[in-house]
Amino acid sequence: MAIVPLSDAIRDFVRDGDTVALEGFTHLIPHAAGHEIIRQGRRDLTLIRMTPDVVYDQMIGMGCARKLVFSWGGNPGVGSLHRLRDAVEKGWPAPLELEEHSHAGMAAAYAAGASNLPFGVLRGYRGGDLPARTRVATVVCPFTGEELAAVPAHRPDVGIVHAQRADRHGNVQLWGILGVQKECVLASARSIVTVEEVVDQLAPVAGSIVLPSWTVGAVCVAPRGARPSYAHGYYDRDNEFYRAWDTISRDRDGFRAWMDEHVLQAVPA
Amino acid sequence: MNYTADEMMAVEAARRIGDGTVCFVGIGLPSLAANLARRTHAPRSVLVYESGTIGSKPHELPLSIGDGELAETADAVVTVPEMFAYWLQGGRIDVGFLGAAQIDRHGNLNSTVIGDYDRPSVRLPGGGGAPEIALGVRDVFVMLRQSRRAFVEQLDFTTSLGDHVRVVVTDLGVLEPRDGELALTQVHPGVDPDDARAATEWDLLVARDVHETDPPTEDELGALRALRTKGQA
Repeated sequence: MAIVPLSDAIRDFVRDGDTVALEGFTHLIPHAAGHEIIRQGRRDLTLIRMTPDVVYDQMIGMGCARKLVFSWGGNPGVGSLHRLRDAVEKGWPAPLELEEHSHAGMAAAYAAGASNLPFGVLRGYRGGDLPARTRVATVVCPFTGEELAAVPAHRPDVGIVHAQRADRHGNVQLWGILGVQKECVLASARSIVTVEEVVDQLAPVAGSIVLPSWTVGAVCVAPRGARPSYAHGYYDRDNEFYRAWDTISRDRDGFRAWMDEHVLQAVPA
Repeated sequence: MNYTADEMMAVEAARRIGDGTVCFVGIGLPSLAANLARRTHAPRSVLVYESGTIGSKPHELPLSIGDGELAETADAVVTVPEMFAYWLQGGRIDVGFLGAAQIDRHGNLNSTVIGDYDRPSVRLPGGGGAPEIALGVRDVFVMLRQSRRAFVEQLDFTTSLGDHVRVVVTDLGVLEPRDGELALTQVHPGVDPDDARAATEWDLLVARDVHETDPPTEDELGALRALRTKGQA
């Protein structure tokens, strides 16, 4: 593990065609890292995320993605993701292949990946039309005979999360709503963690977890790197921006102009 | 007192949450209804948000299911894999709220696509937690505004099954399962059963004992209006 500039970490860790998971279940969403991937022009990525929201809408609209593996793709509390919809419905800027799961299935797939198991098992995907459209199979419990759903483990090439802070050795501490961040890092071959700050010592915080430095590939300092998402204890969610994104992203030209001004021309963290 | 159709929906759904009920809450109207119940007749009800917060007591309504206040006011915060494995699959949730773009007469829901899956005319956000919530909780409450576009003869896609749907609260009334399909059991004040039938694509059965919903009380409306969504004036 090394503490390196974000632009170096993305350059060294993320390759065209990789399977990349930027996780964050409504909290600590790694926007700064997503923007750096856009600036560096990565292509043909398979993006994994339970709840692709604004940053994945941006990456999809800027042509980074070939495929999306997900369980809920919307702007929470606001509505649809217009760039995601445009890619799926109209193939703009490129067709987007979907592999769709349920939240429970995605969570089980990450936990299996972190556990070095080939698949996750759950009581799910029963009935309905989804099983015929996705990668799920049935396994029989050897003890009771119950039929259960099996989902292939997530093993991303690169897992990227945002956290509150790290110490100088690169031990990472995060707290609040923890989503699948830990599973994402542990399931991935390589990992990048952006942090609000680096401190001399990680003071205990109620409910916090620590990812030891040797489980993390690179730590990058990216203050406010989750904006417009939030970092518990540092800044609040910018709900106004999530509402505004609905308008910004609605048409292709407006979207591209906004991205040009706010992401492509922006100085990397 | 004047009130909106959304307020009637929230009040009617809240009334059906008994004190001490453990509720899996989504954002929007379900969150409004569950928080209203907690602030009126059901102070010991437990609000669980799928982001991992258990026993949240927000002062303002969150915009997303992961707002910081939900964690700060929770009895416990767990990871997402734990939420779905230990808590939902573990059978610890009494009531789960679901919304959708389409519902059929059996309470099956579509929140995935309008049109063909491979070439959708509208790509919706997707099922999220719905497939496992629909069968993993004891009682499913659906909240959905009633129209022929939403209450359809045939779903474009079946995202979740209706086996545990106990009640559908709409802006016109209430549907509940009777003899294997949803029937109209209540109409809100000023609504005729024929209005609800006209807003349903399938031939909606009207229960023999259909009755009018009690209008929201002043107390209910007062508590409801005190709940504001975060970030709104």
